Order: sequence, then C-alpha cells, then structure tokens
Amino acid sequence: MSKGTLFDKVWDAHTVGILPSGQTQLFIGLHLIHEVTSPQAFAMLRDRNLKVLFPERTIATVDHIVPTTNQARPFVDDLAEEMMQALEQSCKEHGITFYNIGSGNQGIVHVIAPELGLTQPGMTIACGDSHTSTHGAFGSIAFGIGTSQVRDVLASQTLALSKLKVRRIEINGALRPGVYAKDVILHIIRKLGVKGGVGYAYEYAGTAIGQMNMEERMTICNMSIEGGARCGYVNPDSVTFEYLKGREFAPQGADWDKAVDWWNSIASDPDAEYDDVVVFDAAEIAPTVTWGITPGQGIGVDEKVPVPEELPEEERAIAAEAYEYMDVKPGTPLQGTKVDVCFIGSCTNGRISDLREAAKFARGRHVAEGVKAFVVPGSERVKKEAEAEGLHEVFQAAGFEWREPGCSMCLAMNPDKLQGRQISASSSNRNFKGRQGSASGRTLLMSPAMVVAAAVTGRVTDVRELL
Amino acid sequence: MVSEVKTISGRGIPLMGNDIDTDRIIPARFLRCVTFDGLGAQVFADDRAQANGQHPFDLPHYQEAEILVVNANFGCGSSREHAPQALAKWGVRAIVGESFAEIFFGNCLAMGIPCVTADFATVKQLQTILSDNPQASISIDLETMQVRCGDFFAPISISEGARKMLINGTWDACGQLVSHANQIRATASSLPYIQWSKGKG
Repeated sequence: MSKGTLFDKVWDAHTVGILPSGQTQLFIGLHLIHEVTSPQAFAMLRDRNLKVLFPERTIATVDHIVPTTNQARPFVDDLAEEMMQALEQSCKEHGITFYNIGSGNQGIVHVIAPELGLTQPGMTIACGDSHTSTHGAFGSIAFGIGTSQVRDVLASQTLALSKLKVRRIEINGALRPGVYAKDVILHIIRKLGVKGGVGYAYEYAGTAIGQMNMEERMTICNMSIEGGARCGYVNPDSVTFEYLKGREFAPQGADWDKAVDWWNSIASDPDAEYDDVVVFDAAEIAPTVTWGITPGQGIGVDEKVPVPEELPEEERAIAAEAYEYMDVKPGTPLQGTKVDVCFIGSCTNGRISDLREAAKFARGRHVAEGVKAFVVPGSERVKKEAEAEGLHEVFQAAGFEWREPGCSMCLAMNPDKLQGRQISASSSNRNFKGRQGSASGRTLLMSPAMVVAAAVTGRVTDVRELL
Repeated sequence: MVSEVKTISGRGIPLMGNDIDTDRIIPARFLRCVTFDGLGAQVFADDRAQANGQHPFDLPHYQEAEILVVNANFGCGSSREHAPQALAKWGVRAIVGESFAEIFFGNCLAMGIPCVTADFATVKQLQTILSDNPQASISIDLETMQVRCGDFFAPISISEGARKMLINGTWDACGQLVSHANQIRATASSLPYIQWSKGKG
C-alpha cells in the first residue's frame, strides 16, 4: 500500500469518515458541471427534496453540445437548446456560478477551470466527465464521475469511494524534436495498456515531466483515463505556482505564501512508497499515432502496424477487430495513409500552447486539396489570446477553418462530425468506433503538430520531416 | 427507494469482446437529452445497426435477459451514466465480466447493478452455455459469491465495499452521505484552501 504520496496526503486530508461499507466518504473541494451529465442529477435532487450543500464549490459551463460555427440562441438543434436551458435554470435555481457562451470565460470545462485558477494543488476535484483527470496536472486528485455521483456531490459535497493504489510513472531524459506531451501519453498507454491503470492513480514524474509546462502536463494527465487510471497527477512545483500566480481564483496576498507552503507540503515525500513504479526513457519516444480502435493501439509514426504474432494473445481479438474496422493491413506502415479531416482542439490539445505549436507548422504551408481542416480553441480565453497573437490568421491563410470554442469533433455531440468512412487526423483523446459522429468513421490520434503535418500533406506524415 | 441486492436470477445474454467502451454502449448523439428515459431502445445502436439483426441485443431469444455476460475492460472510456442507464432500461440487472472500467463500475453500483468479475475460463463457459442454450437460467449470488448457469457454477468477485453496499441495500449512498452534514462541514473547515477562496475571484 502506498505511503507518503501526494495521493495519500490529499485523500487523508479530505476524508470525512469511513462508511459502514468500508468505503471512504471523501470531501470534494471543487465540483465542475456541464450540460450533458448534470440535468438528470438536478432532477434527482428535486425528486428527493434536497438542496445543494455548497453551491459556491460548484462551477458550471457549457461545452459538449455547443456548435462551433453559429452559436446564436436558440440553437438550431432543439435538443441541445433544451439541455442548455436546463443547465441555465438549474444554476439559477441553486445559486451556481455559470460561465455561459459570451461570458469571456466559457470553454471546455477542463480548459477553463485551470485558466481561471480554480484548479489548485491539494484539492479533490470531481466532474461528470472522464477527462477530469486533466486537473491532476496541478497536484490535485481529480476524477470523472457519473450522474448519480454528481447528485451526491451536489447534495453533500462528498462521494463514497474506495482508495486507489498509486503507480509512479517516471519519464526521464529529454524528448527529441517533434515529440510532444501527447506522444508521451500515447506511448505510456501503448506500453501499459488501456486497462493497465484500473485500480490505480498514476503519478507522473521524472525529469521530462519536470521540464514540461502546465499545459503539457495537462495533456498527459488528461489521457490517464485512456490507460484505465481514473486519475493521474504531477507533484506541484515552481512551474505550477508560476502558472497559478495572479489568476482570478488563486489565493492572493498573505494567503499566497501560506498556499505555497501547503502545496509544497502535500507533494509526495522523497521516501514515499508506491504500489508500483514504471520507468521510461524520453529519448525512446517517437511521434506516436494510433492505428486502431483503442488509444492503446498506437505506434511510432515510422513503425509498421503490428502483426498479430507480435501482440500478446489477449490483444489479438481487438486487433483483428481494429484491422477490419480501420481497414489497415498488419505489417504495413501507417505513414502515407490518406486523411479526410484534420481536427485540432479538445480538452487534450486545445490550449494556447497547442495552437502556437500547430501554427508554427501551418505558417507558410497550405492544407492539401480535398482535406477539411479546422481549429477549435479550447475556450473563449484561448481564442482571444490566439487572435491577439494572430494565430487565427496563420491558420486561415493555411486553409484551416477557425472556430468558436467547444468540445467539437472530439465526441461529435454537436454539428461537427465525420461522414461515412472518413478518416480523421485528430488531436483529441479517443479513437473508439463511431466516436467522431459517424458509425463507420475512423480516427487517428496524434499531436497537434502531427495533425498539421497530415493536413498539409493530405497523408499521415512524420512531423520531423517538416522541422 | 433503496433495496437489498443479494441474488439475481433470470436469463442471460452473452456479449463477446474486450474493451467495449461507453460510446459503443450508447453513442454520444443519444446523450442529447435531459432525462434517461428512452435510452433502452438506443443501447448499442451503432453496433446493432451494423449487425443487421444478429446483435445479441436484437436476437429474439435474449429479449427477456437480465444478466449480461461480457469480457475484459467493459465500459471503458466516457463517464456517461447514460451507458448503464441504457443497459438497465433495456432490462439488464447484473453484469458478469472478466473486468470492468472503474467509472462504469461505480456508476452501476450507484444504480444497484452489481458488476461481478470471474476468470477468463468461467466467462467463456458462461458465454458458451448462453450461446448454445439461450433459455438456460443464470444466477449470481452476492452472499455465497457464486455464479450458476445450468449445471455449471463458479466463484465470482466484487470489492468488499461494493458487496456490502449491495447486500445491505446502501448502494444509493446519497442519504447516508447527506446525513453527515456536520462532519462534512468540519472536514471542509480543516482544509486550508476553503478559507483562501473566500472573497477571492
């Protein structure tokens, strides 16, 4: 059992008590809600005549259903409009802060909470969305929950949970040029598997993680769930504090110094004990692309799609399913595969640094003929910042569409969807069958820089050729 | 409202495949709703459309099934409770599998649906029996921790906390959690950041 880790310390600090079942009643410091997984929770509260216990500890925004072209109300989609109205009404009724479209603070929930300084080290954070693990980048324990649990947090600000084990994942050394945080997490999932993290919290550490900025760390923690780990975190350090300082909800004045002391104290001890430790060499990681239907089915862009014999026996059935669905041939390269749609955005890679890096490769180049390419900023703030830097003009000049903030084609609950058998090069997080809105659509996950490389060549391309 | 879940018996339905994610259980377009009503008809919508009537959820002989038998990492991906809600509205009351994704497991528990695990050989045997004889009766017993299907029986597992919540009828934790309001406030006031956030932002 782990001892002295950030996970242990934060868990203990938030323990309200032990329930008769043996589960822990855990206090949730920050609760984030959005339009998809909360309406039913508010209905459950009404049915039970319960109130929201700490309305000031829940923050709402809208992201999944919002159109990224025409955001005028009422939305064209009646169902989306109904969800939007349900959220607006529930927030009003219960006194919950809601960052609506046009507020200047709206965006993907996992983009806005960090940029407002709501996400802080040492907190427990829950949201009805599996990518809540993103917030672990700040040294918080953050995880996705379902709607019944959203109800529990609204009513009690707590959850009934069983403690997780802790696996430390060290990435040591320097990443090679053209290799990004996205490649690191795709590599980790490839090696540890999509269910390797079940029952674990992942602690990301090592010199490569230490050198990353907060947005890169968010990309890593974001996809913990894709490796089966409900939460992943990085110990807070000077990079974390520097990012937080001066943000709206960050502590200020004398509280700032107290906060830094506490944040330092909750980091894992040097002699902390872990349930498992895995070490990777950063230099061995290549730009990584998925070829299949799970985020674990990834390869270096210069490798070939694995043949069944190379795979562990238990992975061969899902590989066979993937060869057929994706129409890829085992033993052949993925590089050169024609793509139809190129998507830059999502809670994984829709932040300002992602757009800056993508723009570097788009500048002076043009999207290949027949390819639809678009950029969706993660939030209104990201959009504003990008426009102030002229990034939108770089993208537009290169033939990319420049959109309004939202989840967009990551999950296609809005008008942004693949059509038929289209293949997308996508900076998002899931390549599941049908994920991007077409029941037969195909997704290749990769870094934003690799998406640009695919967009300008029309094919899966090693971004290092464009360096 | 809350009831004890000790044994569940009925007909079973086998669903083969590892890593069946919640996007497949209920595609995102069906999440455009403000209630869970009606999700039962949409469960596995895309998989079923592609199977042309041959998907287990469409086969006439599985229409009365209540116990779903799956393979590894079932329910991975999105946290959407719409997935277990859709399964439940279709008629599923318990799931036996090699392993489950964690959020899915928690969502099922909060709905009183046990997700019990069994080893590879047991699951394979159950799926074979239910494929060969869809009328076979199957039961899971959370007190003896066994699954029975026809003449076949084998041990099953579930975390002790979840097992207790199900058999004691406390799987809907909400009432219990809310009843500790004083302790909750005490924990909140012991957390340094609760004070900092006051008056800021």
